[in-house]
Amino acid sequence: MSEKLTAKDFATSQEVRWCPGCGDYAVLKAVTKALANVGASRENTAFVSGIGCAARFPYYVETYGFHTIHGRAPAIATGLKLANPELDVWVVTGDGDGLSIGGNHLMHALRRNIGLKILLFNNEIYGLTKGQYSPTSRVGTTSPSSPAGSIDTPISPGQFALGAGAKFYARGVDTDKVGMSDVLQQAHAFEGASLIEIFQNCIVYNEDVFANFTGRKDAPNTQLHLKHGEPMLFGENNGKGIHLNRDTLELEVVDATTSPEKVLIHDEANKTIARLLIDLHLPVAMGVIYRQPAVSYEAAFYAHHPSRMQRTKTITDFIKGPSSWHVD
Amino acid sequence: MNKNKDVESIVVRLAGDSGDGIQLMGSQFTVSTALSGADFATFPDYPAEIRAPVGTTFGVSAYQINLGGGPITTAGDAPDVLVAFNPAALKVSLPLLRKGALIILNNDGFTKRNLVKAGYENDPRDGDTLSDFQLVTADITHLNLEAVKEFGLSKSEGGRCKNFWALGVLLWMFGRDLASVETWINRRLAKQATLRDANITALRAGHAYGETAELAAALPQIRLPETKLEAGEYRSITGAEALALGIAAAGELADKSVMFCSYPITPASPLLHRLSRLGEMGVGTYQAEDEIAAICAAIGASYGGMIGVTSSSGPGIALKTEAMGLAVNAELPLVIVNWQRGGPSTGLPTKTEQSDLYQAVYGRNADTPIPVLAAATSGECFEMAIEAVRIALRHMTPVILLADGYLSNAAEPWKIPDVSSLRPIKHKEVPDSDESPERRAFARDEDSLGRPWITPGMPGLMHRIGGLEKDIDTGHISYDPANHQTMTNLRAAKVESVANFIPDQSMELGDDSGDLVVVGWGSTYGPVFQAAKATGASFVHLRHLHPLPRNLGDLLGRFEKVLVPEMNTGQLATLLRDKLCLDPISFPKVSGQPFLISELIEKIAAVTKGQTS
Repeated sequence: MSEKLTAKDFATSQEVRWCPGCGDYAVLKAVTKALANVGASRENTAFVSGIGCAARFPYYVETYGFHTIHGRAPAIATGLKLANPELDVWVVTGDGDGLSIGGNHLMHALRRNIGLKILLFNNEIYGLTKGQYSPTSRVGTTSPSSPAGSIDTPISPGQFALGAGAKFYARGVDTDKVGMSDVLQQAHAFEGASLIEIFQNCIVYNEDVFANFTGRKDAPNTQLHLKHGEPMLFGENNGKGIHLNRDTLELEVVDATTSPEKVLIHDEANKTIARLLIDLHLPVAMGVIYRQPAVSYEAAFYAHHPSRMQRTKTITDFIKGPSSWHVD
Repeated sequence: MNKNKDVESIVVRLAGDSGDGIQLMGSQFTVSTALSGADFATFPDYPAEIRAPVGTTFGVSAYQINLGGGPITTAGDAPDVLVAFNPAALKVSLPLLRKGALIILNNDGFTKRNLVKAGYENDPRDGDTLSDFQLVTADITHLNLEAVKEFGLSKSEGGRCKNFWALGVLLWMFGRDLASVETWINRRLAKQATLRDANITALRAGHAYGETAELAAALPQIRLPETKLEAGEYRSITGAEALALGIAAAGELADKSVMFCSYPITPASPLLHRLSRLGEMGVGTYQAEDEIAAICAAIGASYGGMIGVTSSSGPGIALKTEAMGLAVNAELPLVIVNWQRGGPSTGLPTKTEQSDLYQAVYGRNADTPIPVLAAATSGECFEMAIEAVRIALRHMTPVILLADGYLSNAAEPWKIPDVSSLRPIKHKEVPDSDESPERRAFARDEDSLGRPWITPGMPGLMHRIGGLEKDIDTGHISYDPANHQTMTNLRAAKVESVANFIPDQSMELGDDSGDLVVVGWGSTYGPVFQAAKATGASFVHLRHLHPLPRNLGDLLGRFEKVLVPEMNTGQLATLLRDKLCLDPISFPKVSGQPFLISELIEKIAAVTKGQTS
């Protein structure tokens, strides 16, 4: 690349058609900014989406884009990545698209560790179909399809990911430009499948469902921003820390000024702690919660292929089979 | 059957428990037949259960082969020779046999327990049950165990050599040497010296038994006439092998890599297995998590510039339906192979049927036309695979290629084609213009309506595609009413345009006008060909089912009656009614078994006499 592109270079001429005030706008900005920051090239980047509000995303990014069918984006993106591993392939999905109708594909993309950067827009509701409860909706969510409140136990995207064998799981808040951009750049650098759960506010059907921890004013007290190798601190002046109670195997909040030795150091490769962090409520863990480098599926696919997908033999070499005979 | 007989052709059926190694014995006999220069057709007929309960009729695994001087186009109506390893195998096969057929039974399989399991109250070897046949019995289990005793194998390990012992007898009957089978055993069991030697010993012992044993006096030796196959180089091939080679060859002809994405299902899996061994031809195989993921990954690969191919059987194809619509809307090339099987639902996974024609032609939501092809024979799967890829790339469309369970497994001698005569496969190149990338992505070819195949990674051509209706020129999302009408018309016109590129329908046999024409499609080719030949009826066989060849209406219109035999309840007959306004006579069969030549001859005779249903 001769010239460095800016976030603007990744915007299309298409009119963006999300509801005014939708969290998707902020995510779009964070993504185009991250693309510029990592020096992505437009032609070597592809966005693949399923169905849902967020799935319009590819139309708004000046790269290659494929708006596919409900839940199947990880499967289509897998084929694309195998066909051309040089591409940066981003998947845009949501809590319904990725964890309900497409849960199977998401699970297998994660366990294979195929090089996809998967943005999971979690708003705990079906937006595009006008507000029904989703697989991440909390019990008791009233919606057009659950007027007396939903009864399903919600799925935890993070626990789902780690259970499936994901090697990269991170979180961000739609409106947190700095945090989101950082997480996206780290996901971009990861070889293999990276899942980024984005807490996205649906202002029409599920407004403020995350307000208890996304409010900017309270954020220092409600969010724990993780950095590998650094102590898990939060609160005003980082006065509080996260401690592992070794008797109950639970995370606890401790006073970081009086007992700094009790504060856990974040180790991204620790799956057990990652599981505890995923379930932590107030503060809610943000940033890269789990990262375990491993061989990507596409690298293994090409390494195991006898000719790295090149044509080194022709039909003439195979057409006769194990034995042939002449008829005169 | 008389001793030392010269015959034109002969049908041999091997039957036993699914753990008896019948399919292996059959395929080795086929290889030996091929190398002897005889023409042949095979029909493996096995249960869905991997190891069905021993001794039961539903657990019987059979392998039928018709061999002779040729032309042989079916596995034969009625076997002349039956080798049965137990009472159940005898019971299932007996109704199929020609009167006077030779039956070779394994005495050791006829235990009291096995007789009860097969539902025999009395031992069929006694009494009149087999009086119409020539019976030879041998203690195959014991004779085999005796032969392999020196290797110190367990009873069950040693017992498993008995298929090779019986194969030895069979090879002696047909005057074959043992070389090809021994070569195979040597290669297959190279690392298991004891098993290798035991199996070769069993084979030789069976062969020697034919030559020397007293009981074997009753065994005939059979001489087949010189083959009448067209001169050339031949190999034995199954439909799965031919289709795999065809797909790989198409990649070479198009100068593209192939990505084959599928999910295991009977009887489609052999194609996945075959293609996974053709990597050096630039073929990748990807086993997806489900049927939907398989077609979606193939679509993703096509989007990425490889030839995406997926394959399944009816139930799996049903799951892929929504994604086919996506490929139609996104105008991406894709080949979908359907190895049809008996249905509905899980149906008869190991039995054959042609009942997915409606599904292929009509079976999608909305107006979503897709070209449909069907292969007639195992060997023809090669050229139909190439044709499917050719259409997919030329028109930038998914293409459905129909095969079936019979073709997947059935072997036949195949005249190896001259590779240099195969035409390159082309698609529309990216136009060199000042237009926007979006417009260049949808600058379609005038004749085929295929759009340029622009793939991520190409600089300066970034554009968006998807499942939403799109503007005809730019691909942008469009809800414009007139545009949707135009796009719907365009998708239909694109598929109809395939007819302008395919050859006119020709006669397979007989005059091109007259009283009766028999119209076939798919794997019924063999029996219909033989029945038409025997009766002198005209015969048309369709390979392009959607769109139909342009001249088909005129051609069939020149006959008083159109008879359509097919292994479903009349789906091609409906298609001909719909597309050509014909009123054909349907002759359906849905027993899971291929047509018999004899029943087709009967039907043709009846229709000729004026019977119309």
